[in-house]
Amino acid sequence: MSHFVLDARYLLCPMPVIRTQNRIAELAPGDTLEVHATDPGALHDIPTWCRVHGHEVVSVTDVDRKISITLRVGKTT
Amino acid sequence: MSPQQPLPVTSMTPARTAPAAGAPRKAVALISGGLDSMLAAKVMLEQGIHVEGLNFYTGFCVEGHTHAIRNHEHAKPKRNNALWTAEQLGIKLHIIEVIEEYKDVVINPKHGYGANLNPCLDCKGFMVRKAREWMEKNGFDFIITGEVLGQRPMSQRRDTLPVVARESGAFDRLLRPLCAKLLPETLPEREGWVDRGKLFDFNGRSRKPQMRLAAQYGFTDYAQPAGGCCFLTNEQYSHKLADLWSTRGSKQYELDDIMLLKVGRHLRPRPNFKLIVGRDEGENNFLEGYRKRFVHLHAISHEGPLVLIDGIVNEGDLELAARLTARFGKGRESESVTLTVTDMQGNSRELRVAPMPANEIPPEWYL
Repeated sequence: MSHFVLDARYLLCPMPVIRTQNRIAELAPGDTLEVHATDPGALHDIPTWCRVHGHEVVSVTDVDRKISITLRVGKTT
Repeated sequence: MSPQQPLPVTSMTPARTAPAAGAPRKAVALISGGLDSMLAAKVMLEQGIHVEGLNFYTGFCVEGHTHAIRNHEHAKPKRNNALWTAEQLGIKLHIIEVIEEYKDVVINPKHGYGANLNPCLDCKGFMVRKAREWMEKNGFDFIITGEVLGQRPMSQRRDTLPVVARESGAFDRLLRPLCAKLLPETLPEREGWVDRGKLFDFNGRSRKPQMRLAAQYGFTDYAQPAGGCCFLTNEQYSHKLADLWSTRGSKQYELDDIMLLKVGRHLRPRPNFKLIVGRDEGENNFLEGYRKRFVHLHAISHEGPLVLIDGIVNEGDLELAARLTARFGKGRESESVTLTVTDMQGNSRELRVAPMPANEIPPEWYL
């Protein structure tokens, strides 16, 4: 299981979600992906996308619009 | 082939092999985030169909982020309605970025534009074609949409619904559950995958049948239908896009162009340049991201907006731009306002100007 980082800063939603979705499609179950974003919409959309697709949100931080969301890839991608 | 010609009765796409015993048939649903597509998907789920959603991002989509740029929208929940819908339905949603491919739909619509620069019929054909490609790649059986006969003046008429089915290549694998009883039988109905008797005959612009069905399913919170989900149906937005094309001399655009049309007050005081004026802190912050690509102005003696200059300007144009910039800041009633003007290399200098009185700004400058 590996850890990956995705830079989705300065992209407006839904682009951070789309980039997350496309990156996760390349990963294996159990891998983690740390998404960096600046659009506050990502705080809502990425966790929703994860719930819909069965991925786990490990952590969410938002410090001065520097957003970091770490996901664990679920079994069904 | 004219729009009046009948839909071919058989699908051009090869029949998918039967699913394993007990496995449901699979439908891919176009999910916009509005009520109709939500209901169409629910109707299929109720019939035991496996449904997954597709949502396309064209760059013109009206979504939470564009509203959220402005300050007054910050208090509202920022949600992507298509994702929210998928979660309510318990289905997967695949969001597909089609910005480049979509340009041809906007620039060269075979069926023309609607009331504004909305190429609705070409757009629907494009999206169903993309859904058909996705269906074939992922082993799904048919496509569903939330279209309702007679609801939209361009893409949802009796004579244009078949055009979408035909030009997308979906043919009779395209099922519209909300008005299917008013249309010829489709493959899923003929094959018995779907019970036609449990589909609907919604017709016209009234929303009441959809609202009744929503209540029946227990949907109490859904995106309100309010003129579609696309900026191209917006008169003011279309006017700004037409201005962009006209001044550039060609119908081309990049994503940044169409994003900037969503933000700020746009004024064209001279044919060779226009101003994009932030209307609040949120928009100023957004425009900040474009500072290095435009000559820009902001007042330093008073609070005021960030203003981007789109075009090539001479000294006289700059003074005019500065007077307008001063007009939209808190120094508008002052005798003079000091501003900085910064070029694309980051070189700044100061200008001191008299704010332009409101009555000297011709209405036609506003795009």
